[in-house]
Amino acid sequence: MKKTDLEKAAGNGLINRRHLLQLGLAGLGSGVASSVLAAENNLKIEIPGWSKQPGPGASAYGVRSGHTEFMQRSAGAPNPLYPGGGASRSPLQHLQGTITPNSLHFERHHAGIPDIDPAGHQLVINGLVKQPLVFSYEDLLKYPMVSRIYFLECSGNSRALLGPNPPDGTAQSIHGLVSCAEWTGIPLSTLLEEAGVEDEARWLAAVGADAASMGRSIPLNKAHDDVLIALFQNGEPVRPEQGHPMRLFVPGWEGNVSVKWLTQLKLTREPVQFRDETSKYTDTLPDRSSEQFTFPMGCKSLITSPSGQMSLNRQGVYQINGMAWSGGGSISRVEVSADGGRSWADAAIESNQSEKALARFSIPWQWSGGDAILQSRATDSLGNVQPTREAILADRGRLSFYHNHCIQSWAVNGNGEVRNTYA
Amino acid sequence: MPKLVIIILILLSPLGFASLAQSQNVGLGTPISQAQLSDFDLIAGPDGEGFPEGSGTAFQGKEVYDQKCQACHGANGEGTTANTQLVGGDMQSIESPVRTVGSYWPHASTIFDFIRRAMPADSPKSLSNIEVYQVTAYVLYMNGIIDQNKILDRQSLIDIKMPNKDGFVDMSQQQ
Repeated sequence: MKKTDLEKAAGNGLINRRHLLQLGLAGLGSGVASSVLAAENNLKIEIPGWSKQPGPGASAYGVRSGHTEFMQRSAGAPNPLYPGGGASRSPLQHLQGTITPNSLHFERHHAGIPDIDPAGHQLVINGLVKQPLVFSYEDLLKYPMVSRIYFLECSGNSRALLGPNPPDGTAQSIHGLVSCAEWTGIPLSTLLEEAGVEDEARWLAAVGADAASMGRSIPLNKAHDDVLIALFQNGEPVRPEQGHPMRLFVPGWEGNVSVKWLTQLKLTREPVQFRDETSKYTDTLPDRSSEQFTFPMGCKSLITSPSGQMSLNRQGVYQINGMAWSGGGSISRVEVSADGGRSWADAAIESNQSEKALARFSIPWQWSGGDAILQSRATDSLGNVQPTREAILADRGRLSFYHNHCIQSWAVNGNGEVRNTYA
Repeated sequence: MPKLVIIILILLSPLGFASLAQSQNVGLGTPISQAQLSDFDLIAGPDGEGFPEGSGTAFQGKEVYDQKCQACHGANGEGTTANTQLVGGDMQSIESPVRTVGSYWPHASTIFDFIRRAMPADSPKSLSNIEVYQVTAYVLYMNGIIDQNKILDRQSLIDIKMPNKDGFVDMSQQQ
């Protein structure tokens, strides 16, 4: 295919997404013309050394290739004032598809990771129920379970973009508090039904077994809807840093309410007003009032390649690639701009996405060596459109830093360097 | 084969999730009484539900605070970081407001609930209920909300009106 055959979809080099399949073999890092170059340089292709001796055999527990160990979660330095507290971020720019490997799923802890023996762990349901109940881990394994693919995002994700100057960050450092997994567990409604919820109950308080006994209150209508007691994550028991042996999983809502190491569910009339739903995870507006129980995560997308601190090493066609998600449902559209939002083209969305899960999008882009500002803008099945940074700041002010779902802008300069920018 | 068809129909139905859950009544939960949970259930809410017996004053709480809290929260609640500052701040200030227990927290019950479950950060749940009442009183005293001899117990604690009590909007049913 010649460059001239590529149908332009929007300004500054965006190419119609229908050309993706033809260009699929090229991908990022090689161009449509690379096969021609390879044929011309006369390099002989040799049989490599690893094809000339047997490698190690099967093993009891797998490890990744040593050549991919640079893909790491990034965790901040320990803070003695806050033992075990903090977060680590997923290396989004290195991942593909829509499932985050368990070892790279982001973390956020309020008092470290408890070392829980499932045989000694109990889940209590009490408060406004006809019969308070206690469940062992073994009990719960016998219940019918469902598996659902859901994203999980910390409500403080992407807050760095609300500062006055654009941080020189990566997709990971700015947006890495989002991940996606297949969660398997018991619908919460099953256990609530067994305990028998009293008519006057309106809220459910969930408490973890960590040293902070972290708690959150959830309206009962959500608890009856799609909330899970998750016991498995991508097919294996939930990892310790994700709540082993069990966590609450509240689809589409800020990650903090999916309480890890879940040990108590208490039915109440009113919210408990835990520290983490009053002092934290509340949004102060310009009039100095503060919104509380702002649960759903907004409609959002992000180009992960090319992204911050990458560089383009040749002119030619690249596959712009990224992820989109919404707490309101599924992703119905992702548009991409290469000229800072002046013109937009529809990206291709992989068709196998589910509700409240990550979607992967892509679109071909011809980089001719000039300046570009790459952006993506998602629309969800409820019609919510991802806002600009300016719109978020105009709407929310500068005192609020949770729930930032603004459009990310990556600037590409003439040297091919990609940097975070405000556009 | 008909059984398989029925299962598939259940899964495909709009209420598939609920139908699957309701179709199987496993019932493995063990009944338990609230008395058996008295040491386990630490939830103390603004309606007074869940508060233990006991009381304390700020005067008594200073000793506990000086030993176990002030290393992080400062001698007078001024904190060693923004996150550990307990005192001061003004939600109506022209600059970005400093959000502390005194300026921001809407309910006094949260102070008791949080200290009992999560403080001191390096040895949570090491304070007695009486000590939690005392330290809660001391935090309120440092903020000028009660005087140092006020006896804080379940009722007097939930009767306290925090300065920013009316500063919050419940968004839970608006989204």
